[in-house]
Amino acid sequence: MSDETNQGLQSAFRRKLLMGMAAIPAVTMLPRSSFAQTPATSAVNTTGLAVTDTEVTVGILHSATGTMAISETGSIEAEKLAIEQINAAGGVLGRKIKFIQEDGASDWPTFAEKAKKLLVNDKVAAIMGCWTSASRKAVLPVMEQYNGMLYYPTFYEGLEQSKNVIYTGQEATQQILAGLNWIAKEKGAKSFFFIGSDYIWPRTSNKIARKHVENVLKGKVVGEEYYALGSTQFNSVINKIKLTKPDVIFTDVVGGSNVAFYKQLKAAGIDLSKQALLTISVTEDEIDGIGGENIAGAYACMKYFQSLDNANNKAFVPAFKKMWGEKTVIGDVTQAAYLGPWLWKLTVEKAGSFDVDKIAAASPGVEFKGAPEGYVRIHENHHLWSKTRVGRAKLDGQFELIYETADLVEPDPFPKGYQ
Amino acid sequence: MNDSRFTTRSELIGILVLAVFLVVILPLCLDVFRLNLVAKYLTYAFVALGLVICWGYGGILSLGQGVFFGLGGYCMAMFLKLEASSVENTKIQSTPGIPDFMDWNQITALPFFWKPFHSLTFTVAAVMLVPGIFALIIGAAMFKRRVGGTYFAIITQAVAAILTILIVGQQGYTGGINGMTDLRTLKGWDIRPDHAKIVLYFFEVGLLFACIFIAQFVRHSKLGRILVAMRDQEDRVRFSGYSVANFKIFAFCIAAIFAAIGGAMFALNVGFMSPSFVGIVPSIEMVIYTAVGGRLSILGAVYGTILVNFAKTSLSESFPELWLFGLGGLFIAVVLAFPNGLAGIWGDYVQPRIDRLIGSRKPKSGAGWTDDSVADGAPAE
Repeated sequence: MSDETNQGLQSAFRRKLLMGMAAIPAVTMLPRSSFAQTPATSAVNTTGLAVTDTEVTVGILHSATGTMAISETGSIEAEKLAIEQINAAGGVLGRKIKFIQEDGASDWPTFAEKAKKLLVNDKVAAIMGCWTSASRKAVLPVMEQYNGMLYYPTFYEGLEQSKNVIYTGQEATQQILAGLNWIAKEKGAKSFFFIGSDYIWPRTSNKIARKHVENVLKGKVVGEEYYALGSTQFNSVINKIKLTKPDVIFTDVVGGSNVAFYKQLKAAGIDLSKQALLTISVTEDEIDGIGGENIAGAYACMKYFQSLDNANNKAFVPAFKKMWGEKTVIGDVTQAAYLGPWLWKLTVEKAGSFDVDKIAAASPGVEFKGAPEGYVRIHENHHLWSKTRVGRAKLDGQFELIYETADLVEPDPFPKGYQ
Repeated sequence: MNDSRFTTRSELIGILVLAVFLVVILPLCLDVFRLNLVAKYLTYAFVALGLVICWGYGGILSLGQGVFFGLGGYCMAMFLKLEASSVENTKIQSTPGIPDFMDWNQITALPFFWKPFHSLTFTVAAVMLVPGIFALIIGAAMFKRRVGGTYFAIITQAVAAILTILIVGQQGYTGGINGMTDLRTLKGWDIRPDHAKIVLYFFEVGLLFACIFIAQFVRHSKLGRILVAMRDQEDRVRFSGYSVANFKIFAFCIAAIFAAIGGAMFALNVGFMSPSFVGIVPSIEMVIYTAVGGRLSILGAVYGTILVNFAKTSLSESFPELWLFGLGGLFIAVVLAFPNGLAGIWGDYVQPRIDRLIGSRKPKSGAGWTDDSVADGAPAE
């Protein structure tokens, strides 16, 4: 330890010397104790990241414009709140976090370009960002090539694992299996109808759900339909639902399509207080658009609801509203985005370094006891251990917690028997 | 402009200036990251060049150039994706050796139309032929029936929308909305590190100049003059015995092939391809590049593309939440104040002054990058 501090002092000295002779007295007069609390930059940053004696720079990379802005704004807000709180508590290794925000503009190549800019030009120590799988897939090669660290907040389809990414949302099995088990047991459900938007996440999620229904629950999938992103006509599938009378409608329709889907479901006379519907794609954010009266009674399978009753969440929700306004709602992904900066801070402190390689190696086992969802821990595969929860939508747009797994669910991005 | 030579002297100077700018100045001033960004901008310059021929000279406004950019890009991306999906790279999949998105979509064998893309020769041919033939079919179907002007523009938009839906919908074969990501090597040569980016940049600039010379050749040939004549008085040309439709098809196909080369270079430079370049919005953006540069100017198209994209990047870096408004304002200002774009500003304000400075005896003897002979007769379409 003392060896490292000495080296750090020397090279800090050398740097100051270059900056000008006038700096010499200042450096030599610096009390040793100031280095004891704040380790020297040269010791905690050996790869040329944007770390100074007082500041460390991270990137925020989400869509502030374009079609995804409505979803990603919550993540941006949560990350800024976390950074502000960390700074108020003294920062990371004695350094305040400064962030550079870039706009991915809902455009996947722009995400890749901006990620590269953050890593190559700005030398950020970590990036909090991405939302859709498409944007993550575009950014991933950049992160791996330039050895960056990405904290990715969204629940997603799995089938991926990278040294350079920490997945703070749930992968598909974590989100789906416990929810299906619960509804099969609770409702005695045997027949399921799947409806999803047509892209990789719903398709993979439904593939996993189908295997689970058929092989584990010994039930039946009576229909599986996909709609293009942005689609607003669901009448034909609603007729099929009426014909097949499934015990459970299982949906992963995303974005604006949800508004049309639930309104048409209601208009067709399907009463969600009688017909069980389990969604893995509707959070408080989406209900804002759908309207509580159109979806009340539906079950959602998530890891976080704004209404969660625990001490962490009771501090988090008012802090979020104080910063971003009374009317904001907090969905599952927003909470997962809030975890990113905190997990990074805790990992940096565990590793005693900002170096990406050391952070990647130190990540497994890092635990965050202040998470609004309760408690989370990073798994060896860089996903989070977290609970699965089922909530029931209420008229006011909030969820009422109905069920949660007793233990943390292990993340399993490459589930055996589900591929 | 009486001589029908390949280029006039002042045009040659314009091309040389551009060459010095792209080959010497930019690589010296920019780091590799920014240079790679310029390489990305220049892929759109191919599209803009094609639009100068097709729209500026031929008067055919296509709002669907993204289709050809996309087809060229996807052809190249298919080759690169196959190379990146070798059996050892894809061990974790249920079916190793096929692209990852096929595996997610439960496809267990490589579809037949993917197989030829194992060959680079076939790919290079396909990059130009697939969009070329597609443009030929659209062009023949439209121009032979004398569909033109606004109707043609609307139809090209529809084609762009259809192709996007097709690519997104058939995700097992195309990668869907994610596109084809994580392209790595070209014949074993890693396209991702910095030195590869520099090589690709110079290769791309070389190709761009090849296309500029082709465009120059078209413009100065009899063909170019027929195109201009057709744009201004289509009936007279037809009555003179020319097959108007065939000339239009030709201009449209050239524009399509240029766009496709741009698309292929995009896949190489950026390392992926997605349907977000195929749709209506990117297609219209590409028209804007041409409009800002000046739709009658071959070199203006290149400068316009670089300028607009540079503005896009720097505005979005400085104002991540407001930049779209700034960009929109810039377009409106340019189009309102300078209908002939950058080339118009150059021709009207800068060139005369330079001429006066040098003391040229022929003040309007052909601006560096505007063609006065056609600029004067430009219809307000």
